[in-house]
Amino acid sequence: VQQSHCVASASAANQEPDFSRPSTRSMQFMLLFSRQGKLRLQKWYVPLSDKEKKKITRELVQTVLARKPKMCSFLEWRDLKIVYKRYASLYFCCAIEDQDNELITLEIIHRYVELLDKYFGSVCELDIIFNFEKAYFILDEFLLGGEAQETSKKNVLKAIEQADLLQEVRWQTDSFFHLVFQLILRSN
Amino acid sequence: WVCHTPIRLRELIRTIRTARTQAEEREMIQKECAAIRSSFREEDNTYRCRNVAKLLYMHMLGYPAHFGQLECLKLIASQKFTDKRIGYLGAMLLLDERQDVHLLMTNCIKNDLNHSTQYVQGLALCTLGCMGSSEMCRDLAGEVEKLLKTSNSYLRKKAALCAVHVIRKVPELMEMFLPATKNLLSEKNHGVLHTSVVLLTEMCERSPDMLAHFRKLVPQLVRILKNLIMSGYSPEHDVSGISDPFLQVRILRLLRILGKGDDDSSEAMNDILAQVATNTETSKNVGNAILYETVLTIMDIKSESGLRVLAINILGRFLLNNDKNIRYVALTSLLKTVQTDHNAVQRHRSTIVDCLKDLDVSIKRRAMELSFALVNGNNIRGMMKELLYFLDSCDPEFKADCASGVFLAAEKYAPSKRWHIDTIMRVLTTAGSYVRDDSVPNLIQLITNSVEMHAYTVQRLYKALLDDISQQPLVQVASWCIGEYGDLLISGQCEEEEPIQVTEDEVLDVLEGLLVSNLSSPVTRGYSLTAIMKLSTRFSSVNRIKKVVSIYGSSIDVELQQRAVEYNALFKKYDHMRPALLERMPIMEKTASNGPTEIVQTNGEAEPSVVEPKHPPPVGQPASQVKNTVFGLVSRCLSLMAFYLFDLSKTVNFLSIGIPPMTAYNKNGLKIDFTFERANPNPNVAVITIHASNSTEADMTDFVFQAAVPKTFQLQLLSPSSNVVPALNQGTVTQVIRVLNQQKLRMRIKLTYIHKGSAVQDLAEVNNFPPQSWQ
Repeated sequence: VQQSHCVASASAANQEPDFSRPSTRSMQFMLLFSRQGKLRLQKWYVPLSDKEKKKITRELVQTVLARKPKMCSFLEWRDLKIVYKRYASLYFCCAIEDQDNELITLEIIHRYVELLDKYFGSVCELDIIFNFEKAYFILDEFLLGGEAQETSKKNVLKAIEQADLLQEVRWQTDSFFHLVFQLILRSN
Repeated sequence: WVCHTPIRLRELIRTIRTARTQAEEREMIQKECAAIRSSFREEDNTYRCRNVAKLLYMHMLGYPAHFGQLECLKLIASQKFTDKRIGYLGAMLLLDERQDVHLLMTNCIKNDLNHSTQYVQGLALCTLGCMGSSEMCRDLAGEVEKLLKTSNSYLRKKAALCAVHVIRKVPELMEMFLPATKNLLSEKNHGVLHTSVVLLTEMCERSPDMLAHFRKLVPQLVRILKNLIMSGYSPEHDVSGISDPFLQVRILRLLRILGKGDDDSSEAMNDILAQVATNTETSKNVGNAILYETVLTIMDIKSESGLRVLAINILGRFLLNNDKNIRYVALTSLLKTVQTDHNAVQRHRSTIVDCLKDLDVSIKRRAMELSFALVNGNNIRGMMKELLYFLDSCDPEFKADCASGVFLAAEKYAPSKRWHIDTIMRVLTTAGSYVRDDSVPNLIQLITNSVEMHAYTVQRLYKALLDDISQQPLVQVASWCIGEYGDLLISGQCEEEEPIQVTEDEVLDVLEGLLVSNLSSPVTRGYSLTAIMKLSTRFSSVNRIKKVVSIYGSSIDVELQQRAVEYNALFKKYDHMRPALLERMPIMEKTASNGPTEIVQTNGEAEPSVVEPKHPPPVGQPASQVKNTVFGLVSRCLSLMAFYLFDLSKTVNFLSIGIPPMTAYNKNGLKIDFTFERANPNPNVAVITIHASNSTEADMTDFVFQAAVPKTFQLQLLSPSSNVVPALNQGTVTQVIRVLNQQKLRMRIKLTYIHKGSAVQDLAEVNNFPPQSWQ
């Protein structure tokens, strides 16, 4: 007999959280790959051997590339949820945990694409190929340990800009240059 | 010696991309790696950064780059920001915590965490928070904690996520971060807010004490969320008109954890949840992402029923969304909530059923699972129609689960026996090869117990065999039925449909055909040989059967050979036992009971009274002489037959002798039939199953059956299948009575139930027990 009042009866709701379940990453990894299956970026937030990473990458790329265009952006793979979206010739693919929100992960992916787009100016796959290290730097200013560290587009781009500037200036141990540089940074 | 300037990264990338074959690419890579290696050996500081960057590119293409690991460490230790940037990137890509070399980073990271330039500190925090090992985390936790208290929001936000990683790696360190969390939510900076909420979530998920401690933050979190929703356009955080959806989602998730199991917290967040649920724009994914998180929170905390209904309705609307991602998410959530909020989910049943036709495999699967969860006595006919249609057309990966689901649902809610048999037939004929192996014994049990349908069932199965013998489960069930009810088949007794005309020889042809067909599995052959054997007591063509059995006595298939030899033995030496052994199967008790068994035992009282449950005392009467002497010899044969005839896990009433059923009571639309079997191993205990059915238009609820027997008997009443006898013969209530008796059985029964609002009570004597039930 089902109850119409849902407050007191149910099994799953109203229980204490399960403290025994070890928390792992929300996002376990992010992969970017082309339609031919060539890897363009791999960010791992869980410790795995090179061999394991290669195996996962190979299998997942195959699985995602086999998906038909009309299918939804989510699939179950091993014990993870995979969220993927294709932008032009690149697939952006994230692995999240069971309790994570797939829809907001799509927004995370989109935000990253917007950041790349703003930085490179109408980004295309070639930009990612030839400037892969920049793609990593941008990602590392947006996500840290698989979670968003900054939700303002402007702030992420500003940080990258400043860091790029820092690269240009030849680092001197001379305190004068050091001081001047700090001033430049603060004024931005 | 010519000193080559190492080529630039982009030039290398350009060059490698010109390679037309894998071999050509490998050659280029090997050449460049050699150059890089020698450059490393020369300890060249100027170009180390460039070389490592190139190495990272080649690593991404799949080539080994481990020889660059130490170089990354050198870059990290450099004073140049460019070096550090590439060095840390290299460390994150090439090093991992399994290699001891990563520990060499610890000191550099420590220094960089205290660097005067925040971008260097940022690199260190990022690397530590991404891949720091437990040892590194232990060493550097103090530094992270310090940075968590800085007023520099750029560093504070990173420190928070770094702390999350430290806690995940070394949970015991969680306590040390507690003081620093004090003012985290007072921050205006969204980055800090977001990462702080993540940190708080992590701590609450790990420790009940932390959870209790942070519950006081609920009002503050509610306020922050409210501001996000009510505030005007904020260009910095806007996504399609919604202000910082990432932060909103994270707050909702933390609220979920804080509200779960706690009345006060749940109440405090009730209003804001309702507000978010009703005010969030649903035209884009971002709004739906927030709604989704809101629904998850509402369902998990102690929300008012109105709020829960609101949540389910949001999911219902999601089901109608054009965006299949939204539909997918809705189905997943509904599946989680269908047990607890069954009625609310039922309202969306037709939409869910429509999703069975979706093109996406994941959506189809969820729709199927949800559909099965929603089947009940009221919608069984309609739902089964949809599910059988789905079974016909779905991908093979679904067929096994769908078939099992159909069988289960049919068993629970079948409106009539005929419908039940028809449904089983439909599954066996359309998805017969995908049906699970354990379905076969279950179906056999079901068919056996549907006494009035035997003729119809065997006829339909026989006809199905004529069409197709490739689907093994179908063939096995059919063989078994033909073996059991072959006599009904040839006598043309079917009432439900036009009886077919078939001769004994035709039936035996079909069964023998199964024995020789390539399509038959060894198990199937076993079934058909046994069926043929059983027909020796139902058909007159005994000689033909004897011949078949003796042929298979020398079969190459060991199983078949064994059976044939034993059946041969039956013919030759134990022919007098053959009729009894091959008798019609009795109705089988279901052995699994789903709850505590009430035992009401009377010891000869006129009125039944509830006594302390006791086990019936052991009976001293030895088994009859004949059975004893042959039992050992024939027991293996019998147990083998038992195995072939149905699943050993069900208790087999092998030595029972068929006792005809009787009607014990039939008044005012309530009919109670008794069916019998003898208990095994104690043949002096009669096991009676009552079947109560109701032909009136209204259900009989609170139905209680009680029985009393004379003083010389002992009675045990097990719990009934239910206490509602559904109207219009839509189902029966069954209950098992065990009676220990050696004399003519008499019983007084008392029935109480509620019918059309009034209580009904009746007493009756049952005297017409068949003699076999007490002899």
